[in-house]
Amino acid sequence: MIFGRIKDVNACRLPTGGEIDRRRALSFSFDGRSYTGYAGDTLASALLANGVTLVGRSFKYHRPRGIFSAGPEEPNALVELRRDGRQEPNTRATMAELFHGLEATSQNRWPSLALDAMELNDLAGRFLVAGFYYKTFMGFPGWHFYEKRIRAAAGMGKATTELDPDTYERQSAHCDVLVVGGGPSGLAAALTAGRSGARVILVEETDGLGGRLRSERETLGGVPAMRWVAQARAELESLPEVRILTRTTAFGYYDDNMIGAVERVADHLPVPPPHVPRQRLWHIRAGRVVLATGAIERHIAFPHNDRPGVMLAGAVRTYLHRFAVRPGRRAVVVANNDDGYRTALDLRAAGVEVIKVADTRPAGPSAWRERCAAAGIEVTDHAAVTRVHGRLAVIGCDIAPLDGSARPVFEPCDLLAVSGGWSPAVHLHTHALGKIDWDDGLAAFVPGAARQAHVSVGAARGAYSLSACLADGFKAGAEMAQAMGFTTGAVPDTPASDEPDQRPIQAFWAVGSGKKRFVDLQDDVTADDIALAHREGFVSVEHLKRYTTLGMGTDQGKTSNIIGHALMAEARGEPIPQVGTTRFRPPYTPVALGAFAGGDRGRHHTPERRSALHDWHAANGATFVEAGHWLRPQYYLAPEEPAGKQSMDVAITREVQAVRNAVGLVDVSTLGKIDIQGPDAGELLNRLYANGFKTLAVGKARYGLMLREDGIVYDDGTTSRLGEHHYLMTTTTAHAGDVMALIEWYLQVVWPELDVHACSVTEQWAAMALAGPKARDVLAAVVDDGADVSDAALPFMGVIEARIAGVPVRIFRISFSGELSYEINAPADWGTRVWEALAAAGQPHGLRPYGTEAMAILRIEKGHVTHAELDGRVTLDDAGMGRMASSKKWFVGSGMLDKPAFTDPARPKLVGLVPVDGKTRIPAGAILVADPEVPVPPGQLGPEKLGHVSSSAYLSPTVGHPIALGFVSGGPTRRGETVWALFPLRKQEIEVRIADPVFVDPEGGRLRG
Amino acid sequence: MIRITCPHCGPRDQDEFSYAGDATRTRPADPATASAADWHDYVYLRDNPAGPHLEFWHHIHGCRRYVKVLRDVTSHQVLACGWPDADLEAAQ
Amino acid sequence: MAEYSVFSLIREGLSGHKGWIRAWRDPEPKKSYDVIIIGGGGHGLATAYYLARNHGITNVAVVEKGWIGGGNVGRNTTIVRSNYMLDGNAHFYEHSLKLWEGLSRDLNYNVMFSQRGVLNLGHCDGQMDAFARRGNLMRLNGIDAELLDREGVRKLYPHLDYSKDARWPIYGGLLQARGGTARHDAVAWGFARGADRRGVDILQNCEVTGFERDGDRITGVKTSRGTIGCGRVGMAVAGNTSRVAAMLGLKLPIESHVLQAFVSEPLKPLIDGVVTYGAGHFYISQSDKGGLVLGGDIDFHNSYAQRGNLPVVENVMANGLAMMPYLSRVRILRSWGGIMDMSMDGSPIISKTPVDNLYLNAGWCYGGFKATPGSGYAFAHTIAHDAPHETNREMGLERFETGYLLDEGGKGPTPKLH
Repeated sequence: MIFGRIKDVNACRLPTGGEIDRRRALSFSFDGRSYTGYAGDTLASALLANGVTLVGRSFKYHRPRGIFSAGPEEPNALVELRRDGRQEPNTRATMAELFHGLEATSQNRWPSLALDAMELNDLAGRFLVAGFYYKTFMGFPGWHFYEKRIRAAAGMGKATTELDPDTYERQSAHCDVLVVGGGPSGLAAALTAGRSGARVILVEETDGLGGRLRSERETLGGVPAMRWVAQARAELESLPEVRILTRTTAFGYYDDNMIGAVERVADHLPVPPPHVPRQRLWHIRAGRVVLATGAIERHIAFPHNDRPGVMLAGAVRTYLHRFAVRPGRRAVVVANNDDGYRTALDLRAAGVEVIKVADTRPAGPSAWRERCAAAGIEVTDHAAVTRVHGRLAVIGCDIAPLDGSARPVFEPCDLLAVSGGWSPAVHLHTHALGKIDWDDGLAAFVPGAARQAHVSVGAARGAYSLSACLADGFKAGAEMAQAMGFTTGAVPDTPASDEPDQRPIQAFWAVGSGKKRFVDLQDDVTADDIALAHREGFVSVEHLKRYTTLGMGTDQGKTSNIIGHALMAEARGEPIPQVGTTRFRPPYTPVALGAFAGGDRGRHHTPERRSALHDWHAANGATFVEAGHWLRPQYYLAPEEPAGKQSMDVAITREVQAVRNAVGLVDVSTLGKIDIQGPDAGELLNRLYANGFKTLAVGKARYGLMLREDGIVYDDGTTSRLGEHHYLMTTTTAHAGDVMALIEWYLQVVWPELDVHACSVTEQWAAMALAGPKARDVLAAVVDDGADVSDAALPFMGVIEARIAGVPVRIFRISFSGELSYEINAPADWGTRVWEALAAAGQPHGLRPYGTEAMAILRIEKGHVTHAELDGRVTLDDAGMGRMASSKKWFVGSGMLDKPAFTDPARPKLVGLVPVDGKTRIPAGAILVADPEVPVPPGQLGPEKLGHVSSSAYLSPTVGHPIALGFVSGGPTRRGETVWALFPLRKQEIEVRIADPVFVDPEGGRLRG
Repeated sequence: MIRITCPHCGPRDQDEFSYAGDATRTRPADPATASAADWHDYVYLRDNPAGPHLEFWHHIHGCRRYVKVLRDVTSHQVLACGWPDADLEAAQ
Repeated sequence: MAEYSVFSLIREGLSGHKGWIRAWRDPEPKKSYDVIIIGGGGHGLATAYYLARNHGITNVAVVEKGWIGGGNVGRNTTIVRSNYMLDGNAHFYEHSLKLWEGLSRDLNYNVMFSQRGVLNLGHCDGQMDAFARRGNLMRLNGIDAELLDREGVRKLYPHLDYSKDARWPIYGGLLQARGGTARHDAVAWGFARGADRRGVDILQNCEVTGFERDGDRITGVKTSRGTIGCGRVGMAVAGNTSRVAAMLGLKLPIESHVLQAFVSEPLKPLIDGVVTYGAGHFYISQSDKGGLVLGGDIDFHNSYAQRGNLPVVENVMANGLAMMPYLSRVRILRSWGGIMDMSMDGSPIISKTPVDNLYLNAGWCYGGFKATPGSGYAFAHTIAHDAPHETNREMGLERFETGYLLDEGGKGPTPKLH
């Protein structure tokens, strides 16, 4: 035997029994070595069956560790499971179901598990006490130096940096009664609730039902209790409104009875079958919840209680009964409750030599003792293990009477079963804001008053006997179904169980002295650390947790928290309830990020919005760019043009020139469009917009500016009056949804007296702008029936309805580019037909489709502002539009405009900027200063900042040199002055001249032409 | 997950709604004559009580109605829901 | 053993650690103090420390309703940075960052301030332009900043999503190399110990229940441990500001919201610095213990409950995977919630108040942790001199009336958006 490994295959497997399928042998590997287990094994049970007891290293001291539990509370047996993109660090071997080909590797050790160099930390342990790092590493060469080494040593498993090939999904479910836990109480509750016809969901963390019964030899009415479980399951499966979810952990109890649960759909398989997710996250909205979450056993803090071979007594029974594995050959049992006897008897029955049972209570219960005596098991009262011997495995332990009446006696053993009592799993109860109360008789916190619609039953409320669990479950299931309006039959009689009467537990937390009495095994928190925390004043449980890291490991202190809190209570000389306990927070057990994200990954992270014209753009050389959720054509390349920066610049210039010199066509469908109707529609607009809308005539459009309530410019767009009581508002792409919500707010909450209806029609219309000197020629050529689009019939800011290619359209003569321009709205489904008609008619005139880049240059040339200028801090005056605000009316935000900050003459205002040298680009984001050479005045860190560059056209094809828009203190009054645009991030200093922001056609002749 | 009863649609999950804030603040009745102080109080100040809180939620992924909700913000428990003009505290 | 050093640690290690004394005393309240600081969080403790250290005011009590450090200083994502655009914030946070740089030695307490860099990712041209503006302003304000292109980001973080499957491609990023993280609890404890050693009384389990007033002055603070007389009162109870202010009849530009945060199982080093996603609210770093510490948006509704709900959790994780797809199988170990003072412009308030001898420290939104030393420094100055320090000159309450707001995000008076 070398350090915990036995070569014989399944040398520790019992010849019969267990839930394993001995016909299905599964091969697996641990640390590169091959083993065999059976279907139904966990990785932990299969390792134990193969005699592997050393499986991991602890976090801080790198102490050798074995398998400590058989469930989700496991602090020690954490492994890296699988490989490549499926590698999962920190996986609890006790929860990993065995499958053929499973690969597991131990973690946090170097070079090997048995010989770990970092075990030096254990030798230096006297210096590495709780919080030692707060007291040192402050001097030369600095924390950075030490931290690098500490980080490398910390952490547990390694995460993969490859892509997870598996998928995840989310699912919602509603039920009348949710039962959490498939043990006896949960099954009983599901039965009575299910029989009433209520919709019941039963979630169970493991692969099968039965809970603790799978781990015990209990009987009901003389027959094995698991037979009752099988009958219950069969009945539940026959009920149409009952759904059983196994391999599903209810991890969080959220508001209004929403339970989050994660179903491990395919974690027990080598890979998920096609189209099956690895995991599924459930949102379960339950009318009532029955928490049958059981209880978690805890250990006792005695010296070296962490050695491989020290195991929770309940886990020992689980390995014996559920997995038919003998976790040792010679066992000692120590307990403060009756489970010690149960464990000893079960071990004996499985052929394990039981050296001794040490009961920490002054006198053990007679019924159990008689059974032990009959089995030839020696029992010592009022005694405990005071030290464990062995390093990589237990080789024995010292047992001493607690009254100090005799010296410790060494007992050789390779298994030490420990029970310090049980803690009800109150996690979900407390997530739901339920209170917990200390029960002295049970030496545990039990659920108190519930704040939501739930009840705790069975072991989860400290009722541990099988008969109590069943009675509890039957009653709760019926009551919960009744509360949801269902009629239930009589609560069934509880079948008699044949366990002996229990004798009360007697709290017992720690014994012996010395440093290595572990409270929290994973994070290496010892009883001495608790004492140190007390000495230094970290006496509240929250300080204790944070100072010592008690309960901060992957097991979240399921076995250890209460021991730590009890020891602190002892040190403080106060009762446990006064000291309290830390708050449990979701998730109950760790949940993968992938499960939370579900299908929202990759391209599906957020929905992608495409305009009705998208396919045309794609087929005609468009390169797309994200604009919010939308994809918009950025520019268009001819088929022979290679992709790249150079082609892009050529294409953008080509598109700008087409608009300025001939005609261009751009997709503007992303702009928000809101249909507003009703007798008070005009009044609404007049209140929303800073400029007046009362005088807008039917058939006319007007540019409007909207402020926030705090007086800052919010959004802009054109709104057209289509009829007496009918308007169409456009918004920016970015604010389309928010403006709609805002209008609904004012109409429903603030001004309900206005008779107006508003509806978003953004997606109902495909919108395209036809712009350029030839625009009218193109339009005239495509409108049906020779509709009159002359300047007289359709003047600037005019609106008409017409048909193009048989499609009814709205034509708005508005311009963003500064050219003669028409915005044409066609029903979305017919948008492409209209677009194609325009493109065809424009061909003789040199029409080009243009994208967002050309559009940006065109609007900068024209001095039009967008969100780059209207960044949420800009006033009407700042944007050069103060004169637009109506002085004849109030409007949203008008009450704020007199604030000192709004009228401060130093405010930066919109200007145009050109490079003094006529060629240097002025990058957006550059900061404007008067003179970069001016020495920095005291109290200031840099030159006085005058403003910034908001938008930049690296080359204006129309003007012939780079131009930019920006804000500068003083604004238009400084026109003609030179300032500097500083871009220290790229060490650029550019001398720029302040200009009019309208670089092209300031008189507006072109758009009115 | 909080559940809000939309008077139009019935009980719905919070993720169908967008939060629209304190429902007790009132916009100056006559915006034309309201003082700077009135606007300051309306726009910036909140009672922000720890307990029952009157607030608006917009059923943005549903009927798009604004719903008034009385909710205990110390527990997230919804105490009452109604139309924007409902007097929920009186109904309690 | 009062002084911390490697030598004291060795000496104590050899003698069983019996010689360590309480990190801070547990005194009975005096009859009165020159200054009472309400709130034993990071900011309150730092204020008490700097009152004693910088202004020689040591007759000071910090009153805390529970145990110190139990509020947001103990439930945040530990990020420290000064990458602000507006002068009123930038100088304040840079001053705070400079204090961080010497804090462990100043306090004789290792707060593990680690400057591993804070990187903001950008996902479109507009965002990169905004980063350029902010970064240039940072540089002109004497704050370090680097603008990275996509390749520059890839060099630092090779495992982000650079694939065609990325819904929001990475264009580049804005890096503040001097940013980083610190051990949050240690900051509270370090300031507490430092203040205590200079004579400040830290009164735990001492809840403020009301005030005694004489006109516009507070004469005493009523607490669960009796009424305590006071010269001046500093309120640093972010999360609960409105509750305490209401006892004085003050209504403030603040809403309380819940912000969730998360930590993963401990992993071997995976992420060196702090990375924030730009196409959704998400930030992540890795603690020295190995846990990934991550967070995102608030839950978007008023809340005084330190707990959130699933929609935000799922959104945070989806953003995380969009940025770092390989985290898919990493497991979230624990979540928690903190109550944010969300102010109306997204920036904090360190200010005099309408009450003569009451000073307010509030409105920290998502970002109070990094401000802890700077906030304490400026607040102590404001209390000691009855006038703001140069770093908090623009953080006064009056800005909501004058309109000189500090709205970094340009979101306006909608707290949930800041």
